[in-house]
Amino acid sequence: MASPAPALPPLDLARAPAGGEIGPVQSGWRLALREFSRNRLAVIGVALMVFFILFCFAGPLVYHVNLLSTNLSIASSPPGAGHPLGTDNEGIDVLGEIMKGGQASLEIGFLSAIFAIVVGALWGAISGLVGGLLDGALMRIVDVLLSIPFLFVVLIVAVRYGASVLSLSLLIGIFTWLVPARLVRGEVLTLKTRDFVAAARTAGSSRWRLINRHLLPNAFSVIIVNVTFNIADAILAVAYLGFLGFGLHFPNYDWGDLLSNGTQYLLDGYWWLIYPVGIAIIATVMACNLIGDALRDSLDVRLRRR
Amino acid sequence: MSAYLVRRFGTSIVVVIGISIFTFMLLHAVYPSPARVVLGPRASLPAIAAWNKENGFAGSVLSQYWHYVGQVLHGNLGYSFKLNQSVVALFGERWARSAYLSGISLLLSILIAVPLGIYQAVKRNSWGDNVATSLAFTAYAMPDFLLYLIAIQVFALTVHAFSYEASQSASLFAVMGDWRSMTLPIICLTLLIVAGFSRYMRSSAMDTLAQDYIKAARAKGLPERLVLYRHLLRNACLPMITLVGLSIPALLAGNLIAETVFNYNGLGLLFYNSLQNEDYPVLLAYTLVGAVLTVLGNLLADIALTVADPRIRLATPSR
Repeated sequence: MASPAPALPPLDLARAPAGGEIGPVQSGWRLALREFSRNRLAVIGVALMVFFILFCFAGPLVYHVNLLSTNLSIASSPPGAGHPLGTDNEGIDVLGEIMKGGQASLEIGFLSAIFAIVVGALWGAISGLVGGLLDGALMRIVDVLLSIPFLFVVLIVAVRYGASVLSLSLLIGIFTWLVPARLVRGEVLTLKTRDFVAAARTAGSSRWRLINRHLLPNAFSVIIVNVTFNIADAILAVAYLGFLGFGLHFPNYDWGDLLSNGTQYLLDGYWWLIYPVGIAIIATVMACNLIGDALRDSLDVRLRRR
Repeated sequence: MSAYLVRRFGTSIVVVIGISIFTFMLLHAVYPSPARVVLGPRASLPAIAAWNKENGFAGSVLSQYWHYVGQVLHGNLGYSFKLNQSVVALFGERWARSAYLSGISLLLSILIAVPLGIYQAVKRNSWGDNVATSLAFTAYAMPDFLLYLIAIQVFALTVHAFSYEASQSASLFAVMGDWRSMTLPIICLTLLIVAGFSRYMRSSAMDTLAQDYIKAARAKGLPERLVLYRHLLRNACLPMITLVGLSIPALLAGNLIAETVFNYNGLGLLFYNSLQNEDYPVLLAYTLVGAVLTVLGNLLADIALTVADPRIRLATPSR
């Protein structure tokens, strides 16, 4: 350690990135984005997700078919000219049905995830920040709801009160904000002992400002990872409801309803009623899971390659 | 350690009380009183009021809840007026079949997932690891019933190797012996559980492989087989204890779908039929039982973990 350290070359910002000696300081988000886009599976996940969103919401603008009136003369015809994915037992075009069904599935997935994240993040942040008796009470409520078999309650309420896109989103949201609440609470508990929170407190920030400006943005990575898994769970839950016959009511339907309808013709070999929509569900859920895994890897500073 | 367990036990009791409040409120909201069903559509209002009073469906919400808790604590989970049978009797006829299906699938899953996860961690990013991961991802993203239906189409309707329906026998021993009809449900459920478990097992084994004691074991010249058996297996299996304890809600939901598709007369099929009949006492009783089982599973997993992991058992309490 006796020899002096070699002098650094003079700072030349214009040349630095190309030379690779000194780069401009990169923000955490940019680093995370770089890490994310290098993950091949993540890019596949995003591509699949974008494809299905465009397919379901922009597709019907280009691909016009009649989804409301039956035409029994062409019932259950295999894929061919005019009907790229064939027709169902009532002569309705399957490709158009998958687009429309996907709208409901994706809407419920996203709406319930938004609900879960907003409620869960606030609940967890308040619980972690206030602590004490309130923390105990809020977390016991989370424990109780987490113990209750969520699919059962969703089915019971759907049977009793009927199901619509909004009510199902709300219902699924009520049972999926629990895990985010726990995660955010844990994050807040570690964050609130940090110096910048103490500094903000000293500067006279209100509790709301502390939560809103300091704690939630820092807990954001935990939240955003969870969103993707919530969407996947919600899409699957709706598919179960549709399959068991307690999902949306006609003329609304989701992918689960279509699959349920297709499975009645299992013996007849009408594969185009089952496999296309089955693949759509699997691909969408898998896209969510891939994006979630990659986000977790890229946002977790400890796992990130520097 | 005992202080931790006592506190853990206390929390569980609080949660169970919370669950009873939740199921009572839900039952109260969707099905305030069975009086109309029992007495018929032409019963007079005074008769209904009298019946409600007699059977604990009148008075304040609090007193009704008290009545409900008293009944549950005395082993009365309610009465199905649609099937004219007590819920306990309905469950008693069916629970063993459901427990058999879940239990054997869970056991097989552990036996498959543990070696599979260790293999994947040791041969990370190999051809075999990638195939297993892709399969697990696909099965994980698949709605259960789609797998069952594909299995039925391929193995029961095309190849005729197995029956498309689960065993219909009332005796559990006959069900156990009926491999032709039980193989498909058991294999499919096992596959789905393995898809979830093997991912955890893989990452747990990867974490353990990076530990110093593995390096030390290798450095002192221990054969790789013994490194894996003695050092990796035991430590990497610890998260499995928690995972099995937490798997009860998934098992209940899995049973619901599997029993519906394979027409297997267990608790899941009972739940499905009760949904169609709008038989709320049965539905809410099963929800209550499922929730309590979930709490029990978590508690048992925590206890088992303290027994299995000396680091938890011997740790001096920090608070």
